Amino acid sequence: MTKVEPVTAVEPSVTLSARGLTKVYRTGEIAVTALDHVDLDLYSGEMVVLLGASGSGKSTLLNIMGGLDAPTEGRVYFHDTDITGSDERGLTAYRRDYVGFVFQFYNLISSLTARENVALVTEIAADPMDPVEALRVVGLEERIDHFPAQLSGGEQQRVAIARAIAKRPAVLLCDEPTGALDSKTGVIVLEAIERVNRELGTTTAIITHNSVTAAMADRVIYLGDGRITRIERNSRRRPAAELEW
Amino acid sequence: MIRALDRKVLRDLWRLKGQVLSIALVIASGVALLVMSLSTYEALSITSSAYYERYNYGNVFATVKRAPRTLQDRIRMLDGVQTTELRISMQAVLDVEDFPEPLMGRVVSIPEGRQPSLNQLALTSGRFVEAGRPNEVVVNRSFANAHGLRPGDTLTAVINGKRRGLKIVGVAASPEFIYVLSPFALMPDKKRYGILWMGQEALEAAFDYDGAFNDLSLTVRRGTDTRKTILELDALLAPYGGTGAVDRKDHLSNWFVQNELAQNRASARVLPTIFFLVAAFLTNTALTRLIATERNEIGLMKAFGYSNREVGLHYARFVVAIAVLGIVIGWVLGAVLGRMSTDSYAINLNFPMLIYRPSPFAFVIGALVSLSISLLATARAVRKAAALPPVVAMNPPAPPQFRSGSALTRSLIGWLDEPSRIIVRQLSRWPGRAIVTSAGFGGAVAMMVLSMYFTDVIDELATVHFNEVQREDLALGFNEPQSSVVLNEVARLPGVLSVEPLRVVAADLVSGYRAHRGTLHGVARDAALTQIFDVRRGAVTVPGHGVVMTRQLARKLDLTVGQEVEVRILEGRRPVARLPVVGVYESYIGMFAYVDIRALNRLLLERPMTQYVNTSIDEASTAELLRELKELPAVSAVALKSVASRNFHETIGETLMIFVGFFGAFAFSLGFGVTYNAQRIALSERGRELSTLRVLGFSRGEAAYILLGETTLLACLSLPFGCVLGYVLTGVFINAGGFQTELMRVPLLIEPSTYGVAVTVLLAACAVSCLVTKRWIDRLDLVAVLKTRE
Repeated sequence: MTKVEPVTAVEPSVTLSARGLTKVYRTGEIAVTALDHVDLDLYSGEMVVLLGASGSGKSTLLNIMGGLDAPTEGRVYFHDTDITGSDERGLTAYRRDYVGFVFQFYNLISSLTARENVALVTEIAADPMDPVEALRVVGLEERIDHFPAQLSGGEQQRVAIARAIAKRPAVLLCDEPTGALDSKTGVIVLEAIERVNRELGTTTAIITHNSVTAAMADRVIYLGDGRITRIERNSRRRPAAELEW
Repeated sequence: MIRALDRKVLRDLWRLKGQVLSIALVIASGVALLVMSLSTYEALSITSSAYYERYNYGNVFATVKRAPRTLQDRIRMLDGVQTTELRISMQAVLDVEDFPEPLMGRVVSIPEGRQPSLNQLALTSGRFVEAGRPNEVVVNRSFANAHGLRPGDTLTAVINGKRRGLKIVGVAASPEFIYVLSPFALMPDKKRYGILWMGQEALEAAFDYDGAFNDLSLTVRRGTDTRKTILELDALLAPYGGTGAVDRKDHLSNWFVQNELAQNRASARVLPTIFFLVAAFLTNTALTRLIATERNEIGLMKAFGYSNREVGLHYARFVVAIAVLGIVIGWVLGAVLGRMSTDSYAINLNFPMLIYRPSPFAFVIGALVSLSISLLATARAVRKAAALPPVVAMNPPAPPQFRSGSALTRSLIGWLDEPSRIIVRQLSRWPGRAIVTSAGFGGAVAMMVLSMYFTDVIDELATVHFNEVQREDLALGFNEPQSSVVLNEVARLPGVLSVEPLRVVAADLVSGYRAHRGTLHGVARDAALTQIFDVRRGAVTVPGHGVVMTRQLARKLDLTVGQEVEVRILEGRRPVARLPVVGVYESYIGMFAYVDIRALNRLLLERPMTQYVNTSIDEASTAELLRELKELPAVSAVALKSVASRNFHETIGETLMIFVGFFGAFAFSLGFGVTYNAQRIALSERGRELSTLRVLGFSRGEAAYILLGETTLLACLSLPFGCVLGYVLTGVFINAGGFQTELMRVPLLIEPSTYGVAVTVLLAACAVSCLVTKRWIDRLDLVAVLKTRE
């Protein structure tokens, strides 16, 4: 894929958009439709929460938009570039330069310290932050030389967030980032994401099935049976610190 | 009905089939080598014994100058002597039609119309020579095959100075001539040395040996001490020019056969050991990993009420299954290779029969050793799995602890990029595993070095022998010592540039109670064509007085320079003299002692005599010279060095390439097995890390680097170790394998290029493994891996 110049149009410009996305998984005789002709736009700088039951298709949607998976049908545009036509190399470049991922399981490299886990990304990114700066954004400047085994779950997830944002991605995609954490720790993690979105203006999408989280988003997108069932716009984003579950 | 747990073993084996197969193949290689070497050893040993027995191979051999046949009764009276056979045996020059050079051979008498009582012939075609037909001859099989000679064909031989047309009536093999070596040769040359059996009456007439003999062999009754027989025989034969009797074990042909046997026995001991050790490491790592990934299952089994013993047995079964797979493959492969190797011996050595009935011994040993090593190697892992409490087992293992390490290591890895840091930390976190992988890979390098060593050593032996020791172009020999006048005659032959005398006499060299039965070489003091060559210091000259001998001979006699050696010459007037040892030199081949030829002739109280003439010749006139030599009656031996050198390289080269190719393939598979296992285990442990890197935007190649880079780094680190191990192993092998003997001292000399090739081949094995693993890495399902619990 060719490099895309970020569009500096007057808002609301669209960062990522999906058109007619369909994903069918085939295992032997059985075909499961995970996504069924989904259209979605993510606007620059907004925070979106995707809500839905297990199997509603939210992870599939995020994976395809993040270049981890290819749709059976339909297109994904990053700004004006069609990434669905990209080959393996193009998708790798897309992920490397524009997308930050955070997963439920932190997927840190256990043999690297917090700082080194972040540096892993900054070494290959075009215009990265300093790893220490990225860790400061998530409030971990005190623990930069700790190995994953020496960090709590919440701290590990914040390292994962720092690693995702250190490249200054155009979009930050979070799949159940608090799924493995207790509520108190979860809030701290959500605060970190909120801060990234606010301070860096990164377009952010969070998958969750915890409806409380929805309150911190600009828009809440409900999915069911592979379709978008409803989109709500919050009049006011509630700070993550106020959330409780 | 298969129990559920057994089904699980089968499924696990199938799931890990790549790893299982690579381990099984390493075990199979070890078993195959063991079975091959041992069964070849057995077959050769049984076949040669049976051959010796059926064809009455003698126990003691002796030659005399000339003795009356009436002596036979006195020989029979010697203690323990069972059967005796008196013969005429002489060197001869042969001329086969359409072959440019004169060939060498030996004519040996047999009774007309029947088998001799000892050293009988295994007739493969035709018949024995008949009485009253003095020109009939039976030819040895390898010579006949090399020239396409069949009964009915003719050839010419110079017998006692007269050219005679001979008619071949039979082709035969003999236990006495399994290996035939011409007087000048380093290697058997089937084409250029033939054995001709002729009627006794015919040879008596030809050599004017009516009622006389010059060669005898005898068998002794079981339990007889042949050393005593030899002493008595020597005393009896001394007046007739006896040159000293030898026991069967020192008889040239049998000595070579026994040496082959020893080499096979050494192969059976040294080489499989490497494979078994590596297999032990591999099964250990594979099983440890399997158990680590199956903590949950172990917990479940226990929760359902399986006992520790049952859980332990379950994993032990997994190990046994791999070992059994390897053993069965190894058995089949070993039996096939053993058969092939025995067959090739049988063809090469012209055995008239072949008994390949491998005893269960080799198979049982191979199976027992590999099974017990595999089980021992995994005992700890199995016990650990069995002892895991269910609650602990159901929880994920504690995450691996990494430490920043000392200030030194920190600054050392400071300049590395993050992926390289991952590699270094992985290695320092599991040093044991790193060592095991390196050791296994180093073992493969060592094995390659060992197999290639033989090309180096053969090159060195040939270079020294053909370039430094035998500096002549053409050597001539006579049945009887000739007056030195013959030198002038030879010098006048077309194309001859220079000539030098050489006299070789049978002698006992004695020092105190130590003695060596061998020869004394008389060479010209300024000899340029026969060089006494010290492999460390170069050419050595022979002073006018005293003896120069090889280090091996000096050691055997416990002599140093300045001491005296008693020389008892076994020819002519059989003089005895005490001569000072004036030089000791290092050589690879033989137990030689040299004196000045003039001193030797003086000692024998003879005028200047020579038995061999070494010449340098003008290559352009070679053909003409050879034609002339075929007509020269007194010459009984002719050897062209260029031909001998070519034959040496051809004979050895062929066998050696097979050998090197064969062990090269084993070493390659060993190196591949070690790397592939390490990589598959790493992949199973660290698929998540690789996927994470891919998600973060690392390309496939970059992600693969942390895993493949680690094993490649280990492989590279193990190279120096492997080279050193190869050196040590080669030393062990040549000491155990019959390469350090009286006749031969094989130098431990490995060329840098050998290390280079070994390293290259093993790096190629590592690269192939990387390519295969890379395909697995490319197929990683990013999403699936990342969304599962750690």
